[in-house]
Amino acid sequence: MNTYSKEIAFYSKKITNGIKSLLIGMKVTMTNMLTKSTTVQWPREAAPIPERFRGHIILKKDEETQLSKCIACGSCVRACPSNCIEVKGAKPEGAKKKAPNLFMLNFTKCSLCALCVESCPVDALTFSRNYALAGPSAEPFAAINLLAGLTSPFTEESNEL
Amino acid sequence: MNEISILRSLLTIVGVSVAIGLNAVFVVWLERKVAGHMQYRLGPTEVGPVGLLQTVADGLKLVSKQIIFPAAADKPIFILAPIICLVPVFVAILPVPFSETLQGHELDIGLLLVIALGLLNTLGILMAGWGSDNKYALLGASRAIAQICAYKIPLLLCILPVIMLSGSFSLREIVDAQDPVWYAVYQPVAFFIYMIAITMETNRSPFDFAEAESELVAGFHTEYSGMAFSLFFLAEYTYMFLASAIAAILFLGGWHGPFLPGVVWMLLKIYFFLFMMMWFRWTFPRTRVDQMLNFGWKLLLPVSLLNFLVTAGVMAIL
Repeated sequence: MNTYSKEIAFYSKKITNGIKSLLIGMKVTMTNMLTKSTTVQWPREAAPIPERFRGHIILKKDEETQLSKCIACGSCVRACPSNCIEVKGAKPEGAKKKAPNLFMLNFTKCSLCALCVESCPVDALTFSRNYALAGPSAEPFAAINLLAGLTSPFTEESNEL
Repeated sequence: MNEISILRSLLTIVGVSVAIGLNAVFVVWLERKVAGHMQYRLGPTEVGPVGLLQTVADGLKLVSKQIIFPAAADKPIFILAPIICLVPVFVAILPVPFSETLQGHELDIGLLLVIALGLLNTLGILMAGWGSDNKYALLGASRAIAQICAYKIPLLLCILPVIMLSGSFSLREIVDAQDPVWYAVYQPVAFFIYMIAITMETNRSPFDFAEAESELVAGFHTEYSGMAFSLFFLAEYTYMFLASAIAAILFLGGWHGPFLPGVVWMLLKIYFFLFMMMWFRWTFPRTRVDQMLNFGWKLLLPVSLLNFLVTAGVMAIL
């Protein structure tokens, strides 16, 4: 008789423990279901980009003049370990400093090391926040024109090299 | 047979077909939504409003696909299996009352009919497993047969107290018998075991041994493609619907409820059970086959038998 009551106690404890653990599991999934999901609906939504995100380099725009701060000194070209920057500059008419009339980036070689950004004496370079850079071929990324979209200080004639 | 009864039969067939289709579309969508949100995802969102037409798109894709016959398959059995799985549901859903007036056909032995035809699902699975001539399919089918023995007896022993309390096999009379108090209150143990048993009956996780995609590729429907494959799924979701409807009738008072019309209450109760089954599926990992058999034979059977005997004893005394 004693063994029977022991067995019954053993089994009923097993059953209650089992039911309890199942309920705990169900509580977990229910809390998950009521929590907002972490999915971001690209391309209609985008995940926030971290502060220190590095896209390809771009030329900063001076807010007053709408021109680039770049003085075409070539520091970034010398600093670049992969030779992916090409800069040419000239003095626009009546200006004291040089300005770039060619600023090409070969992004296929760039390792985003930031040496160009750090070496720039006038703080003209920064990282873009554009990460949607997929393409079917490498050519467009081998020659990114960083002057595109910036106002040119040159007149049409002087722009010709 | 007069003209009115012919019209009624036709209407019933059309109504049941539409209901089965709509239910499958909705339940597959709900399943994917529930699964998604339980894993911090969104589930289908693109096709139709909140992804509601996703299942229609999937269905169209499946219909347009070719049905491939394995070289060594037993062709007649292979092609009959999904049909055997689905067709009995059309009959089994007839005696189910969805409201006071909405019922295919009133039968004195409605419950018996539903139970008997519900068994044919396993026959379809066995035929699929045997006819495909595939080791995984056959293993899945043999598991389904082992499983049916483990759950069907406790399931019937849980239905018996309800039949004793109401004194009827007619689903309509069982609903009417629980007008003030649901049988879930009188029979909590039977209700609980019935919930587990219908999870087993509809091959749902944690008892989805016949499919067991991590062990048996896709179990009994490994070799099926296209429309034959989707018929299995249509059958599975319709059996879930039927089992939930029977559960709502037996234990939750069918269409009875305040304020809302009967059909709404009935559907709410049905989809409550369906949601519970989804909740189980996305919470519990699959048990082992021997664990399931032990659970069925050594726990569910004695407990439901004891519950049945206690109910009978109490009824005899009162």
